Amino acid sequence: MAERVASSAVEKSMGCAELYLHIPFCMKKCGYCDFLSFSADADMRERYVRALIREIKDAGDAFYGTRIVTVFAGGGTPTVLDSGQIRRIFRAVQASFSLDADAEITVEVNPGTVDEEKLVTLRDAGVNRLSIGCQSLDDRLLLELGRIHDRDVFLRCFHAARRAGFRNISIDLMSGIPDQSYMDWVRTLREAAELGPEHISAYSLILEEGTPFWRKRDSLRLPDEDTERRMYEDTRRILSEYGYERYEISNYAKRDRRCRHNVGYWTGVPYAGLGLGASSYLGNVRFRNTDHMEAYLDWFEQTDRALPWPEAPVHCEREALSDADAMAEFVILGLRMEEGISEETFFSRFGKNIGEVYGEILEKHGREGLLEEKNGRIFLTERGFSLSNYVMCDFLPD
Amino acid sequence: MSSIDQNKIRNFCIIAHIDHGKSTLADRIIEKTGLLTSREMQSQVLDNMDLERERGITIKAQAVRTIYRAKDGEEYIFNMIDTPGHVDFNYEVSRSLAACDGALLVVDATQGVEAQTLGNVYLAMDHNLDVYPVINKIDLPSADPQGVKDEIEEIIGIEAQDAPEISAKTGENVDAVLEEIVQKIAPPEGDVKAPLKALIFDSLYDAYKGVIISVRVMEGTVRRGTKIRMMATGAVEEVVEVGYFGAGRLIPCDELEAGMVGYITASIKDVSSTRVGDTVTDEERPCAKALPGYKKVTPMVYCGLYPEDSAKYPELQDALEKLQLNDASLFFEPETSAALGFGFRIGCLGLLHLDIIQERLEREYGLDLVTTSPGVIYKVHKTDGSVIALSNPSNLPDPSEIDFMEEPIVKADIMVTSEYVGQVMQLCEERRGEYLGMDYLDQTRAELHYHMPLNEIIYDFFDALKSRSRGYASLDYELTGYQRSDLVKLDILVNKELVDALSFIVFEGSAYTRGRKMCEKLKEEIPRQLFDIPIQAAVGSKIIARETVKALRKDVLAKCYGGDISRKKKLLEKQKEGKKRMRQVGSVEIPKDAFMNVLKLDDK
Repeated sequence: MAERVASSAVEKSMGCAELYLHIPFCMKKCGYCDFLSFSADADMRERYVRALIREIKDAGDAFYGTRIVTVFAGGGTPTVLDSGQIRRIFRAVQASFSLDADAEITVEVNPGTVDEEKLVTLRDAGVNRLSIGCQSLDDRLLLELGRIHDRDVFLRCFHAARRAGFRNISIDLMSGIPDQSYMDWVRTLREAAELGPEHISAYSLILEEGTPFWRKRDSLRLPDEDTERRMYEDTRRILSEYGYERYEISNYAKRDRRCRHNVGYWTGVPYAGLGLGASSYLGNVRFRNTDHMEAYLDWFEQTDRALPWPEAPVHCEREALSDADAMAEFVILGLRMEEGISEETFFSRFGKNIGEVYGEILEKHGREGLLEEKNGRIFLTERGFSLSNYVMCDFLPD
Repeated sequence: MSSIDQNKIRNFCIIAHIDHGKSTLADRIIEKTGLLTSREMQSQVLDNMDLERERGITIKAQAVRTIYRAKDGEEYIFNMIDTPGHVDFNYEVSRSLAACDGALLVVDATQGVEAQTLGNVYLAMDHNLDVYPVINKIDLPSADPQGVKDEIEEIIGIEAQDAPEISAKTGENVDAVLEEIVQKIAPPEGDVKAPLKALIFDSLYDAYKGVIISVRVMEGTVRRGTKIRMMATGAVEEVVEVGYFGAGRLIPCDELEAGMVGYITASIKDVSSTRVGDTVTDEERPCAKALPGYKKVTPMVYCGLYPEDSAKYPELQDALEKLQLNDASLFFEPETSAALGFGFRIGCLGLLHLDIIQERLEREYGLDLVTTSPGVIYKVHKTDGSVIALSNPSNLPDPSEIDFMEEPIVKADIMVTSEYVGQVMQLCEERRGEYLGMDYLDQTRAELHYHMPLNEIIYDFFDALKSRSRGYASLDYELTGYQRSDLVKLDILVNKELVDALSFIVFEGSAYTRGRKMCEKLKEEIPRQLFDIPIQAAVGSKIIARETVKALRKDVLAKCYGGDISRKKKLLEKQKEGKKRMRQVGSVEIPKDAFMNVLKLDDK
């Protein structure tokens, strides 16, 4: 490997950062999914793992001296990789970056792609948090969503994860899906909560352009708006009975079990996204890796890569953030969280009072009952959560 | 310089139904002919033209002079005069026709004769023009030139068997058209020594030269220094320059003689003193009688026009003044609306003319505009015996002061294939048409004749006609007069507040249907807001229809993680852009398009 060439962009970033690893493979694409993922044969998967490991090493050089506080491997389905591949990836991460001793290391797992052996592999590789894509505990609805697993497969997966020693597990659930009644949702929610995972993400289905769901959106029997909002509003109430607290629009956690990695996204911690199509944010610049598999593989298959991470041609869509952009992002992302944003942090970060910059907007949405200010923090009200886009878009620069 | 031989001049126009290929043929003719006569090429003309070029003057004139060397070896001057192709501009068309000695009728070999084909042919025949058909688009697989020729003979009653079969698109056989022009179109007549008598068929304003008047000289000669008088408006000016219209540029010359088509400039500041149809004569040696046919055109359709950004009001005023320099049939006066602020009431010839004005204001002057319901001029007879011409519904007097009202009526001619006659008749009846009769043009096609209120025509009639006839029907209409009618003012209330810009005058019998449709449409147009918004239609104090825009409940992105931030930000940016296109009316945000869109009611 060529000698380390420090990237100026990285050097400017502060003492700690997060790491995201993208595994763009899955067994089968779900009807609602708009993430960059597809099925691929064993050959392609192996080529990809090798390329990813090379990117990990390149990025590691660039992040020399930066503490990594969280790692998150998502997809796709990272666990479609075999145990050996998973081991190699995490070995590379450990070798290339300075991970904090208590770093949160999460892997997304989909039921039907892991057995106990693979879970143990993950555990041994240093993974200490799992995010299990459950979506529903209703076989009828799982079929509708195009998932490969059923209720039993999920339950076996969850218990196996516990047996493998995972003490920090998150479950993804989805409300507002076609043919789902209010009671269907409540049943799934309670059953999931009774399993006692440390964290639950409960998403309202979004029809994303380009997905099969989007194409047949006119024939989907979606819950009506009143029902859908009741599902959302009651989620918070029901989960609080089990000791979960909502801390973001769609995220609920037991005490001290918030997903630190995701909280980092909402509070402006820099991150390196490695792998096909992954996004990075280095404090003042955002960019994204190419989502063209051959281009990605070609670059990292070269043994003599002429440019350091992140200046290679595979890092594209580079966007330098102006002060106005950075302030808008701080507010928009921060407001996603229950606790909102701190006026003091805003001042220390941008050297301006938030009221000076956004006074009129804050006042307007305050009057409308969508924003509230208390103890130096600004946050969305319950109604504001449901109408957050309406509020947030006003903060964007002209 | 000696006179031009009148026998070598051909003044003609090309008439056609829309999309039958008129402009394409005109372009081909220009391509295949020359800009200058061989005599001009040796004279100073070129120098003058270079001067024009230097000053960057290009003119989009309604006439083009080109030089054609015919098969007989002689050079012919072609003056090709363009005619606006829409019923809104019938008067302008008639004046352009009056400047010609013959007409080429372009008929699409795949479509055959259509309503405006007939309308234009009849108009040409009214001006005693001989009409020579040209069958176009023979390159298309579905072309049926022989069938179309038979149809022309059968329906129009003019000889068509020898008509050139061409493709203006590919250029095929266009030479035959050029020869046809030489051989068939009559050369002009007129005494070059008689007192000057020239027809204005167009006038346009140019920043350097002032008004450029397009004329056909009927009698006499005009040259630089001639003191001319516009016989109808009485304006007198001294000629600064005369010349011809080359393709896209002016070619100055010494004089224009009887039989020629060209331009005159005389430092005239605006087109209102050089109206289309007026006669130009020599102030010192005037002709005895003006040319027939002049009339002062009056606007038929009115609507409110407001700058989207109220700070742009002075710019809109400036732009309208500039447009008016060039468009004598554009009328405007300031008005104010509670909903839209300061703006103007625009009067124009028809909806197309309105579209053109709006497009020019938006494109050439960079203005974003909000328009209100187009309406016509109603005659309001008050109980005190006075009559007011009402162009803005907001000015309707209190019902207690109104004795009765009258509305303008047109004669509409609709050509349609026989299978759709039923649907079209039904549409005309829904629109209060009074059936006058029907002519079968051949076994498959008929022309329907109706008397119909103009306000029914400007209200989406054309779109409805197209949709009910699968695009086969075509329409031609002319104003015939006013007729007493039961009319009421329909008001729209949004969140209990009257939106004056949405008020319009409607036939009492249609008020309920129109009101209901307006409410339904507005419901679609107004985005959900933080509270329920009632939308009501009212006649006087009586609510006749109601819809509700339910309060917005959900507008949230469930997921936003590291990889999504840029994309989600773009979604929010789009939403913010959308907010900017809103106009605050009372407590409600209404998209600016809504004012226009609610008028385009679906015909279902």
